[in-house]
Amino acid sequence: MKRSDLTLDDRNGNPIPHTSENEDALKTFITQILDLAKQEGATAAEVAARDDVGLDVKVREADIETVEFCNNRGFEISVYVDQSCGHASTTDMDERSVNEAVQTALAFAKHTASDPCSGLADADRLASEVPNLDLYHPEELDVSDAQAVAQKMEAAAMDFDPRMYKSDGARVGAVSVCTAYGNSLGFLQSFRSSSYNRMMGVLAKDDSGMQSAYWYTSSRIRDDMDSPQSVGTTAASRAVQKLSPRSLSTGSYPVLFDSSVAPGLISHLMSALSGRSQYLKSSYLLDSLGQTATTRNLTLKEYPRLVRAVGSRAFDAEGVATYDKAFIEAGVVRNYVLNSYSGRKLNIPTTGNASGVNNLIVEAAFEPLANILRKMGRGLVVNSLMGQGVNILTGDYSRGASGYWVENGEFAYAVDEVTIAGKLDDMFKNLVAFGDDIEKRRNIRTGSILVESMTVAAH
Amino acid sequence: MSRDSTNVAKQSLLATGDISERQLERMMSGMMSRQIDRGELFFQCIRNENWSLEEGLVKNAGYSLSKGIGARAICGEKSGFAYADDIQMGTLEQTAGAARSIAKLGLEQRTQIPTTTPIPSFYDDADPLSSVSQDDKVALLSRIDAFTRALDPRVVEVSVSIVANHETTYVCSSDGTNRGDVRPLVRFGVSVVVEKDGRRERGSFGGGGRHGLSWLYENDTAEDFAREAVRQALVNLDAIDAPAGPMTVVLGPGLPGVLLHEAVGHGLEGDFNRKGTSAFSNRIGERVASPLCTVIDDATFPNRRGSLTMDDEGTPGQRTILIENGILKGYMQDKLNASLMGTTSTGNGRRESYAHPPMPRMTNTFMLAGNSDPEEIIRSVDRGIFAVSFGGGQVDITSGQFVFSATEAYLIENGKKMAPIRGATLIGNGPDIMNKVSMVGNDLALDTGVGVCGKEGQGVPVGVGQPTLKIDEITVGGTSV
Repeated sequence: MKRSDLTLDDRNGNPIPHTSENEDALKTFITQILDLAKQEGATAAEVAARDDVGLDVKVREADIETVEFCNNRGFEISVYVDQSCGHASTTDMDERSVNEAVQTALAFAKHTASDPCSGLADADRLASEVPNLDLYHPEELDVSDAQAVAQKMEAAAMDFDPRMYKSDGARVGAVSVCTAYGNSLGFLQSFRSSSYNRMMGVLAKDDSGMQSAYWYTSSRIRDDMDSPQSVGTTAASRAVQKLSPRSLSTGSYPVLFDSSVAPGLISHLMSALSGRSQYLKSSYLLDSLGQTATTRNLTLKEYPRLVRAVGSRAFDAEGVATYDKAFIEAGVVRNYVLNSYSGRKLNIPTTGNASGVNNLIVEAAFEPLANILRKMGRGLVVNSLMGQGVNILTGDYSRGASGYWVENGEFAYAVDEVTIAGKLDDMFKNLVAFGDDIEKRRNIRTGSILVESMTVAAH
Repeated sequence: MSRDSTNVAKQSLLATGDISERQLERMMSGMMSRQIDRGELFFQCIRNENWSLEEGLVKNAGYSLSKGIGARAICGEKSGFAYADDIQMGTLEQTAGAARSIAKLGLEQRTQIPTTTPIPSFYDDADPLSSVSQDDKVALLSRIDAFTRALDPRVVEVSVSIVANHETTYVCSSDGTNRGDVRPLVRFGVSVVVEKDGRRERGSFGGGGRHGLSWLYENDTAEDFAREAVRQALVNLDAIDAPAGPMTVVLGPGLPGVLLHEAVGHGLEGDFNRKGTSAFSNRIGERVASPLCTVIDDATFPNRRGSLTMDDEGTPGQRTILIENGILKGYMQDKLNASLMGTTSTGNGRRESYAHPPMPRMTNTFMLAGNSDPEEIIRSVDRGIFAVSFGGGQVDITSGQFVFSATEAYLIENGKKMAPIRGATLIGNGPDIMNKVSMVGNDLALDTGVGVCGKEGQGVPVGVGQPTLKIDEITVGGTSV
């Protein structure tokens, strides 16, 4: 078995984009492994393979600090012997390692329990057509171009304000991804996708001390990203805004999750609705299908097949066709987030979410952020969160936060070193406003979200 | 212990790609030119197994093999890095060529790989994957599941997992480094859900280190982890809302040492200090903590999760004093940051894998024991909280602000441990909080071996530890005002 071609151009070391030949090579490779697994006694098998190449250039104080060439390859196999399963993965695609992986997965399958819910996706759920979602926009990757963009971004940040202290690095990255999946039901599909990003980290300083902030832009199409100037000045403005922080008195206040942290809040709701947390009874939203989980003003829908979008895919990690659906409709739970296994455990068909949610979009009565702040009057705007204090089983939420205080609907002063705490159930049932400042870079698309009241602890 | 791990590692890694010593030297020479200060080739193979049980069934068993080369060329503050997912001569040439592309082409400089002397080893190189048979792994998972369920009728869900890693690394560098290491790493964990009157709570406990799996069978280790997971979960069934606001906090020994990892550890890593972006930058020799505090990073504990015979740049693992009696003594360094700061590496150059460039990282970070009796520390508090277990933390290096989240904690009233409280995040500023340490217990303990530290997207295993500590004031992020 031959490894797929290495895609480093040896003239100058720059990665070159994938072609359809790379996809074909992965598919051939998958077919060979599936055949091998069958020969060796698997009753069913599935294989995912990938081949990524990328470049990441980091500039600090106008000079290159690091140049990284990324080149990830590898495959994962799951084999089934009746209802028992074993997994193996390797980054090494030479014949010996591939054989070892298949043999080990089979040996493991002989040790695992027979589980009536295990197995490949049901054949009738597999994607029968795979539309082109326009995810691949390759560009020649070049270190000196990347450096020039990074320098512009850094210069824009450092020139933004006299309180700018240091650059923490300007990063320009690009990656070309080739993914393929096949299983012993005859499903075999692949796709290519591109991803570009620009990120700026900065430090601002005044008599109160140093503060850091960053900003980034990303897209599947290079020219669709925010300009280097815009990324640089946004990072800088966020760092300056954090200077001279004050504390608050401990109490209950309205808390606005700004659009950079609101997707994280929504992700906790999706964890609670995941099939795994449902069948393991480890969700605060247990058996909530058809029940009210959030304010009636919120609808959460998934659109996995949007062209050019960050979370798009036509089939999930099991080959299941993705489709549009609501998880929350006017506050009511309409679907769990399921793969084939958790679906079988719950007696519900898979929702095609074996790879997680894909382009989850908040639908609500959006308002301009300024209106929301006016409506809030006084309260805390959070634009940075720290720590892991979220318990999906109990719904207890307690995290470190920083941002700014709002008085009379306007920025009053920076706030840091506070915690915000509450119960996820109360928080989601008391979302009182949704901003139109939609965060388009993320797989979860939402603007700012105002929670009516949370406990804010401060020193 | 002193073993020639270098030859074991080097032979096995180079043999996979049929690469000779001479070819390696040629490769290194090819990467070097007058503009390159240092060239480095890192070879690695990691074999991993994980087994898990949930709902009474051993549902998952997985194996992974990750093998490759990382090449780095450094000139001044610049570094070029490239990697490839196999160990073959052709790939090696391309990878080394890509890494050196940061410098303009110049004349090749001939490089020789020197001989090396063995260094003391802090763990055995035996393969933990095969330290226990597959049948025994399955039997252990099932036995612990049954044991855990029998501990208390309120236990409704049990999951148990075994993870074993066997890592072989070899580094050669134009600075004369020629060293290899063979590292075992295992972890065992039990997680339970308990239910009483419709209320459900979770408890989790686990541990591990750089050794084989047979340790699980010694002294009831696996059973003790199960008992501890159930105990924590049952405690939380009775937890009341945590208070909100600044209060006195007593931290128990062991895992609460995540405080030190966040409050001072990251801020003392060489990269942030070279760039001047840490709250501790340019403060060597200054008081940064109460005189009761001596904080050390130590890679040399035998068999600990964060221990390293050598780091990922081939520097021997060391014990580094970071803070002594409250005075900042030193930073943790890798080669790049050390040389730019005019000092030497402290053996803290670590990387997640060949596919990631090394950075200064912690190993086992802990505070030395003090003189106070732990009981006396609790008795000294009128009103506060006593936190004994934590789920993790995070720090903002620049502002020094850090958090860590308690998973088991109690109120203290009039010097007595009272009702358990719900999980809450504690928040403070590193240098500020370290100055508020007013009592240090005589009960230093290291954690049981569960920590993974993340930095710039790279995860590495670490250890933490501390004795019981009293912090006069830190903000507790509860809901009860």
